[in-house]
Amino acid sequence: MTSAPSHARVVIIGAGIVGNSVSYHLHRQGWRDLVLLDKGPFPNPGGSTGHASNFCYPIDYSRLMVQITRDSVRQYKELGVFRESGGLELARSEENARELLRRASAAKSWDVEADLLTPVQVKQMMPFVNTDIIRGGLSFPRTGVVDSLRAGTIMRERAQEAGALSIFPNTEVLGVTIRNGRIHSVRTSRGEIRTEYLVIACGVWSPRIARMAGASIPLTPVVHQMISVGPIEEFAKTGGEIGYPILRDMTALMYERQNGSDMEVGSYAHRPILMAPDDIPSIEESKLSPTELPFTKEDFEPQMAHALELLPELLGDERAGIQYAINGLLSLTPDGAPLVGETPEVKGLWSAAAVWVKEGPGVGRIVGEWMTQGDTEYDTSEIDIARFYPYGRTKSHVISRTSEGYNRTYGIVHPREQWSSSRNIRLSPFHGREVEAGAVFFETAGWERPQWYRSNEKLLSEYGSRIQMRPNEWDSRWWSPIISAEHLAMRDRVGMVDLSAFAIFDITGPGALDCTQRLAVFQMDVPVGKAVYTPLLTHAGKMKSDVTITRTAEDSFRIVTGGAQGGIDGKWFRDCLPADGSVQLHDMTASLCTLGLWGPSARAVMQAISADDMSDTGLPFSHAKQIWIGPVPVWALRISYVGEMGWELYASMEQGRLLWDMVWKAGQEHGIVPVGIGVYGTSARIEKSYRLYGNELDMEYNAYESGLTRRSVKKQDFIGKQAYLKQASEELAASLCTLTVDDHTSHTGEPRFMLGREPVLTLDGKPIEDRLGRRSFVTSAGTAPSLGKHLLMTYLPPELAVAGTKLKVEYFSEHYPVTVAVVGPAPLFDPSNERMKG
Amino acid sequence: MNILVCVKRVPDTGARVEITANGRAIETRNLGFTISPHEECAVEEAAVIAEKLGGSCTVLTVGPKDAEDQLRDCLAKGMDRGVLIETDGNELDPGQTASAIVGFVRAQRAPFDLILFGSESADAANYQIGIHVAYALDLPCVTGVKRMSVQTGSVTAKQETRTGFDVYQAQLPAVLTVKEGLNLPRHPSLKATMGARKKPVERMRAEVGPASLEMVRLSVPAEKGSGAEILGEGKSAVPRIVDLLEELRLI
Repeated sequence: MTSAPSHARVVIIGAGIVGNSVSYHLHRQGWRDLVLLDKGPFPNPGGSTGHASNFCYPIDYSRLMVQITRDSVRQYKELGVFRESGGLELARSEENARELLRRASAAKSWDVEADLLTPVQVKQMMPFVNTDIIRGGLSFPRTGVVDSLRAGTIMRERAQEAGALSIFPNTEVLGVTIRNGRIHSVRTSRGEIRTEYLVIACGVWSPRIARMAGASIPLTPVVHQMISVGPIEEFAKTGGEIGYPILRDMTALMYERQNGSDMEVGSYAHRPILMAPDDIPSIEESKLSPTELPFTKEDFEPQMAHALELLPELLGDERAGIQYAINGLLSLTPDGAPLVGETPEVKGLWSAAAVWVKEGPGVGRIVGEWMTQGDTEYDTSEIDIARFYPYGRTKSHVISRTSEGYNRTYGIVHPREQWSSSRNIRLSPFHGREVEAGAVFFETAGWERPQWYRSNEKLLSEYGSRIQMRPNEWDSRWWSPIISAEHLAMRDRVGMVDLSAFAIFDITGPGALDCTQRLAVFQMDVPVGKAVYTPLLTHAGKMKSDVTITRTAEDSFRIVTGGAQGGIDGKWFRDCLPADGSVQLHDMTASLCTLGLWGPSARAVMQAISADDMSDTGLPFSHAKQIWIGPVPVWALRISYVGEMGWELYASMEQGRLLWDMVWKAGQEHGIVPVGIGVYGTSARIEKSYRLYGNELDMEYNAYESGLTRRSVKKQDFIGKQAYLKQASEELAASLCTLTVDDHTSHTGEPRFMLGREPVLTLDGKPIEDRLGRRSFVTSAGTAPSLGKHLLMTYLPPELAVAGTKLKVEYFSEHYPVTVAVVGPAPLFDPSNERMKG
Repeated sequence: MNILVCVKRVPDTGARVEITANGRAIETRNLGFTISPHEECAVEEAAVIAEKLGGSCTVLTVGPKDAEDQLRDCLAKGMDRGVLIETDGNELDPGQTASAIVGFVRAQRAPFDLILFGSESADAANYQIGIHVAYALDLPCVTGVKRMSVQTGSVTAKQETRTGFDVYQAQLPAVLTVKEGLNLPRHPSLKATMGARKKPVERMRAEVGPASLEMVRLSVPAEKGSGAEILGEGKSAVPRIVDLLEELRLI
């Protein structure tokens, strides 16, 4: 047995499409001393790549996934292993027919070619479809199939030929050694390899290897059933691998794809069948391969009936037999997205897992760039493995969410859709009171957050005439007019908002100022008590996050970021700490609850419960100080995301309930209302044109484009400064704008309300692209009850980013007129911010 | 023609067989189940004969409740009716199995013209159930059949020898045990697979006497080495091939 080298720069585990692609892209980025190993033989080591159905559909509701697939297809083409077949999504039900309209609009947002088809047109494209049972189709002409094993081989060989990579098949990983929180070495059946980086790209086995390193890769192997039926006479005529479009039967949650003279039929409709990574059989124990498990026919029988019904001629052929039937294993994660990036637990340990064939080469390039430059072309937040908090990496959570998520693979998922499993994971001390008030909870990062309160239904009679109702079921799903009523009550009186999902980090120590200065774009050498809302950039000047940093002492700062961003931001802060120990990072999230108190009567409420000076001089805007509310020490931060006078009140978790009760009691005579995140996160902030990370703010648009800049740049160095200065000198390619919807009337006469991510079009219905090729789409949509309008935010190129410009927005493939109301950060509501001054 | 085919549910193993902790069964946690390739040929032959000459095919198994899966597979491949003689999950010895089958055959109003077995089961390979059954029913028996053809009232069966075939002719009813290679078994169509759900499967308890054979322990024979290793692909394989040839003192 050839022994492995004693040292490598990077060891990549797993020679499926992902590992090969990572090897290749690291080599392209100039890395050498790369080692690729797999416990199986080459070119098919027995993982999920070996039995993949290998088709690439270009559409997804996620922009990032579309980008990754597009890049993967480009690479497959360059490798000569892509064959365009076209793809056809079919709707049997009314609901799915509507969903196709929404998918067609998503295709326009992400620049994916797509055509809506009538059943007659479907028949022309795929004559075997039983069009009696379908209502329509959506064609994706750029869909195709790839040879993923061949692609992997070519990529691997290119890196080998360049002398950058050595490969070791039939090599088992036995252990991983960590020193000082960093990867140190990998013990294999061919000896120990000392290495600087370890990339885990072994699909369904990844959790096992991660565990050896004391890290976690939260995925589970899940069964995807597939059968192959043939030989089908009609296919023999097409000669070659594929002559007909790949079908996706969106109602039956299935696909049918020609493979030579056979038809592969796969399903995402059967019950979720999960497997523990440790239970996957070895290569020797497996009849076919470790990821091709024995077929359980009883789970597939309903799907056979569906397939027969759709393609009666082809699949009803008595001479065509089931040639192959497997329970194929693939990787599934709690939120369905891949797990990419350095693990938060171990430095130098990278994950490239839960990646499907359509994403493999694209993820390979992302990992290559990320490991080399610390940045990638795309906004990777959605796939960043650091997005999971510890609870999200537990087996319990992974199993619950993947069990619920499996059938969502082809399913209709509402943009605000909530999970029903793995709930009540993180509860604020206000939770009991919120339940009493009839809170409807939405989940963010495990936290249960009231979206609105049923007890506020009574406000509807007070504000009903001012509230835009949403008669369409889809528009009003996971929404309530109560949100608008809460909003108006807060603007009229005072509201209290549970913000305990905030991720809170304290940076302390003699080096705290320098460290914070490096992290933040804006000046952090400010007086104690001053709060600064600032962007954080990556080394390449991309928008990493937007946070509020308060100087709490000479050598102490408090950073508050969104709950959804806390995992990724927390890792970023840890990564940016100086090595000399002069700075300590404290994650205060679990210690502090946060209650927002805002509205015209907020000060009156506060005066009733606190003796501290909460006047404008006592605590000016954008400042924080320690106060007392009865027996509760509270850190009060005077800022607002809702455009009203008031504070974020931070108290220790165990006193949270008391704080809530005191505020609630004192607020009674002022008509206080509990206000949900529906107001805080959407309606109130969109009236103020405040940006939300993940919506308006991401790594694709820079701080200038999003309007998150100051006139002068601080003299101190900060991460991304060079790029930031360069961005300042460049002409803006796009600016963030707020638009009003001028007419909501659809063709049926029913008013419709956009939810976000829709394409923004010119008056003649053409997509809008800036000079960098980025299409305009709705980054956030929300009702602005104070304005009686529905607002949309979007990036527009300079020639269109002019107040008064008339445009259109597409929603379920219908066009609605919109007008650019404001450009840049200026709000539509209370433009001079009088209300926040109190 | 009224044909009976007898099959056995066995684990569909990979290259390495794992034994359970008590040493008396194959670890089947990750395994599927199947019937032996010989039995698959018996099923195919019966289906073809019935399709050609008319008649009905019954497939029978003596085994656990889950053996119904294998009956359904056979029903998808042209069998008309299934019979599950259910055991308590413990394996019967060949004598007990044969007596269960004989009991069933004797109870039939319409006698079978032809009873087919695989030459041996894929796991125990006792090579004797067919012979037991034929003896008990006082029927002619040909074993290890590689070629066969049915005429009115008789069957011609060929056993393969080193130099050719031994040819037998037997009056019907008869018992034949057949070997893989007899024919090319079909893959069931989608329709047939779904149709198999609707075909009748009769269930009865196995009423058998005491076993005369006791299984003590299973053991896996020593491995014959690690098997094939791919030395590389294309030109990159050359140096390792040269090393190997040198190692073997061939160059």
